[in-house]
Amino acid sequence: MLKLNNIEVIYNEVILVLKGISLEVPPGKIISLLGANGAGKTTTLKAISGLLKEENGEVVDGTIEFEGREIHKQPAEAIVANGIFQVMEGRRVFVHLTVEENLRAGAFTRKDKGNIRSDIEKVYGYFPRLQDLQHRISGYLSGGEQQMLAIGRALMARPRVMLLDEPSLGLAPLLVQEIFNIIRKINQEEGVSILLVEQNAMAALNIATFGYIMENGRIVMDGPAEQLRENPDVKEFYLGLTEFGDQKGFRNIKHYKRRKRWLS
Amino acid sequence: MDFFIQLSVAGLVIGSVYAMIALGFVLIYKSSSVINFAQGELLLIGAFLCLWLTVDMGIPFLMSFAITLVLALGLGFAIERLFLRPMIGEPILSVIMLTIGLSIMLRGISIIIWGTDTRTFPEVFSSEPVKIGSINIPEVYLWSLLLSMIFLVAFSLFFKKTRLGIAMRATADDQTAALSMGISVKRIFALSWAIAAIVASVGGILLGNINGINISLTQFGLKVFPVVILGGLDSIPGAIVAGLMIGLLESYSGGYLDPLIGSGIKEVMPFVILMIVLMIKPYGLFGQERIERV
Repeated sequence: MLKLNNIEVIYNEVILVLKGISLEVPPGKIISLLGANGAGKTTTLKAISGLLKEENGEVVDGTIEFEGREIHKQPAEAIVANGIFQVMEGRRVFVHLTVEENLRAGAFTRKDKGNIRSDIEKVYGYFPRLQDLQHRISGYLSGGEQQMLAIGRALMARPRVMLLDEPSLGLAPLLVQEIFNIIRKINQEEGVSILLVEQNAMAALNIATFGYIMENGRIVMDGPAEQLRENPDVKEFYLGLTEFGDQKGFRNIKHYKRRKRWLS
Repeated sequence: MDFFIQLSVAGLVIGSVYAMIALGFVLIYKSSSVINFAQGELLLIGAFLCLWLTVDMGIPFLMSFAITLVLALGLGFAIERLFLRPMIGEPILSVIMLTIGLSIMLRGISIIIWGTDTRTFPEVFSSEPVKIGSINIPEVYLWSLLLSMIFLVAFSLFFKKTRLGIAMRATADDQTAALSMGISVKRIFALSWAIAAIVASVGGILLGNINGINISLTQFGLKVFPVVILGGLDSIPGAIVAGLMIGLLESYSGGYLDPLIGSGIKEVMPFVILMIVLMIKPYGLFGQERIERV
């Protein structure tokens, strides 16, 4: 459905950040993209959604195909209209608009005006909390509520692929669980494919069917989610578990010598 | 008492025109953070266009009023496309300098075309004042008040209810996020210039009907600063309320203080307010303080 073939991205015409990324999002699946800070996960999402151009970034090589058509030359607004919607990192709700106005803004590209009302109700169905807050100025919502609003706003565009950038950022563990459950529910009920970028590797691999691991602008490992969960290297470097299943601590610091095998 | 009411009516009329001009200014500032120094020139050109259509082309006033609005829409789009669009991504200060250049250029062009003499509209409204109780109000004042109220209400509804209005406010909040909704930020900028040109033209035409039109009409572009500073640079309701307040204030100080201190206090008063507001309430009465959750 959505396919990246060997793309390279540079910023400001010099800085090479993505060095040949290939990945695929099949219809109706949740795919997760993991990696440390600065690995290029967000850049990958922005390359897909077209927001890269705002930041002086450019896809210089490779292609991005959505349902057989190349989209990496299109402007961001055309890509949204085609059915790819990015939920940006840090929620980015319109802080001076009310909750409901935020949802309406999400529906900007919709042609079928008549269904917008019923879709707002649907979003309230997924996030009952938002219904109570519908006339509240969204800048005063809590972090979790804003994240719900950001996801709900994405739903309003009726996308076929949703790109989620760190939905767990800055949220309490219990709330993370709740948000991820809703993401799974949306995926199942609406049939939306999801490309999920996360630091919280455990939560992400739990709901995804397939995962990619990025490092330094490359994909260093991929595989079905359960396989990645069992992989000793992934366990150690991303899930924070040692071979014994213990929490990693300073006591066994000698592990610093161990290299990530895929880097050598 | 009659004198007071007379002053109040005059103040409200001028104030509602200020509110409209400020509305255009706030729109541009909100959506693109550009301070538009050419607002007064848009007003002048709008007024001259309408005069030209009415007097030289012999089109009935209401028709030429409508045509002027359409032309102003085009002018706004053209200015954005020709001058502002290439500046996207440049430092905001350069863009502001550009609007100063734009204002000088537009003023020059209108002097070349229409000259510097004061010209007046043919009698559109009857010069017989309307008597309400014991006071006389010129008919043109009542029409101006009515018309600007209609425009202000219409625009408030537009921003609150319509898809484009919400998109404009969303863009003002967070451009990148707006872009990720599929809102074309460039088209929103263009739209805000078009609306600014339209409201400025309406203001110019109303003022032209009251005082006649000459090049000094552009000074109303400067008057917009006390208004928007008082109301808050990024607040649409603020622009409206502050516009009315500054209009009343000018009118009262003209009526009561001028005889005591000597004439001219009326012109200075708004700027005195501007200084005071900046010192004690820099966001203005309704300005958005940055919402920051800690």
